[in-house]
Amino acid sequence: MRTLAIATAVTLLAGYALAFFYAPVEAEGFIQKIFYLHVPLAIVALVGFAAAAVYAIQHLRRDDPAYDAKSYVAIHMSVIFGTGALLTGALWAKGQWGVWWEWREPTLVSFLIIFLLYCTYYPLRYAIEDRDRQARYASVFAITAGAFVPLNFLAVRLAEPFIHPRTFSSAGGLPPEMLQAFLVCLLGMGLLWVTLVRFELEAKAASADIGRLRRALDPGYAEPAPPRRTVVPAGVSTAEGTPR
Amino acid sequence: MTSSRDACLALLGKDLRVELRTLRSLPAMALFAVTTFVIFRFGLDRTELEGGLAAGVLVATLLFAAMLAINRLFVAEHEQGGFELVRLSPVDRTVLFAAKASALFVYLAVLELVAVPIFALFFLESGAALAPLVPVLLLANLGIAVTGTLISTIATMSSARDLLAPLILLPLLIPLVIATANAAEPLLRAGGPEYDRFGTWLAVLGLYDLVFALVGYAVFDFLLED
Repeated sequence: MRTLAIATAVTLLAGYALAFFYAPVEAEGFIQKIFYLHVPLAIVALVGFAAAAVYAIQHLRRDDPAYDAKSYVAIHMSVIFGTGALLTGALWAKGQWGVWWEWREPTLVSFLIIFLLYCTYYPLRYAIEDRDRQARYASVFAITAGAFVPLNFLAVRLAEPFIHPRTFSSAGGLPPEMLQAFLVCLLGMGLLWVTLVRFELEAKAASADIGRLRRALDPGYAEPAPPRRTVVPAGVSTAEGTPR
Repeated sequence: MTSSRDACLALLGKDLRVELRTLRSLPAMALFAVTTFVIFRFGLDRTELEGGLAAGVLVATLLFAAMLAINRLFVAEHEQGGFELVRLSPVDRTVLFAAKASALFVYLAVLELVAVPIFALFFLESGAALAPLVPVLLLANLGIAVTGTLISTIATMSSARDLLAPLILLPLLIPLVIATANAAEPLLRAGGPEYDRFGTWLAVLGLYDLVFALVGYAVFDFLLED
C-alpha cells in the first residue's frame, strides 16, 4: 500500500516535470499543457467505468459482496475523475476556442452523457433498501452502463463534425517528447486511481472492523445512528446488524 | 412443462388483454403526445416544422410519452404478486423480459399509429415522410422497449419508482435519440424526403437494439432473484 502510494507520487511528479520542462511548448501555446491533465483524467475515468462493469459481472457470477464494493468504489472514483476531466475540458475549450462549452466537440459531449448516466448510480442505490437487492441492481446498472459507453461514443461521433485535437489518431504524429511525457502522466494518473480506490476500500473495511469490534467488546454500545438507507455496499458496511 | 415461447406468448397476451380491458396506458400516452405537440406549437411559436426541428419535436414527444408506459409497465406485477408467480413457474425467467419488452413495443407502435399522423397533420406539408419513417420508428421502438423494460424492473423494485425510471433511462437513451433524430431529419426536410446517411443511422439503431437486448437477456435473471 505504502509502496503503491510512493510509486504514484513519484510517477505523477515525474510525468508533470516531463510535461512542463521536457515536452516542447506547442503552437497552441502554454494552454496545451492541460492536455497532460485532461486526457489522462478522462481515459482513467473511462477505464475505471469499464473496470466497474467487470467487477459487477464477477459480483453477479460469484455472489461475493466484495466485488460489489469494488464496483461501487470504482464508479465513485471514476465519477470524481470524470468531474475533473469535464472541468479541465471546459478550461481547455475556453483557452483554445474561447468558449466554456463546445457542442460540436464529440468527445467532450460523449463524456458528459456518460457522466450524467453514471451520476444516476447514486440515486439508484439510495432508492433500494434491501442490501442484497441493492448490490445486485447496482451491478446490473454497472454492466448496462458499461455496454452503453462505446455505443454512446459511436453515436455522438457519427453525429458531429470532428474538431477535437485528435489524441489517438494523431498520437503517431505527436513529437516523441510529448508522447513520452503524456504516457508517464497517463501511467501516474492510472496509479493514482488505483491508490485512491485501494484507500477507500481499506478505509471502509477498517471502519467496518472497528464497528464490529466495538459491538463485540461492548454489547451496550450503540453506534452513532447509522442512516436507515445507505449506498455503501454491504461488503464494506458498518451498518450491518446494528443493534437498535 | 411449458416451452419458453408459449410462456412468453401467454404473458404477452395477458398484458395486451389487460390493456385492452382497462385502457390504462395507451389513451393516456396518445393524449399526452397530442398535448405535447400543442405545447411545442406554442413553445416554439411555429405552425410548420421541417428538418431537424420536426425530427426533434417528434422524437422528444414519443420518448416522453413512452415514459408513461414504462413507469406503469410492472405495476400490476409488483402490486399483485406477478413476480412471485413467474419465479415459481417452471419457465426461464427471461420470458418475462421478452414478454414485457414485446408488450412495450406494441404499445409504442400503437401510440405511433395515432400520434405520427396527427404530427404530420399539425406540422408537415405532406405525408411523404411517413412511409420511410416506419423502419426508423420500429428500430427505435425496439431499443426503447428493451432498455425501458430493464430499467422499469429496477425502478419498480425501488422506493422511488416514478423518479428513477426517467432519471436512468433518459441518459441511457441518448444514443438512440441521436440516431433516430439524425435518420428522421433528412426525411422531414421541406423539399421532400432525402436519404442522407439513412443506412448508417439505421445500422446504429440496430446495433443499439442488439447490444441492449443481449445485455437485458444476460442480466434480467438477477433482477428477479430474491
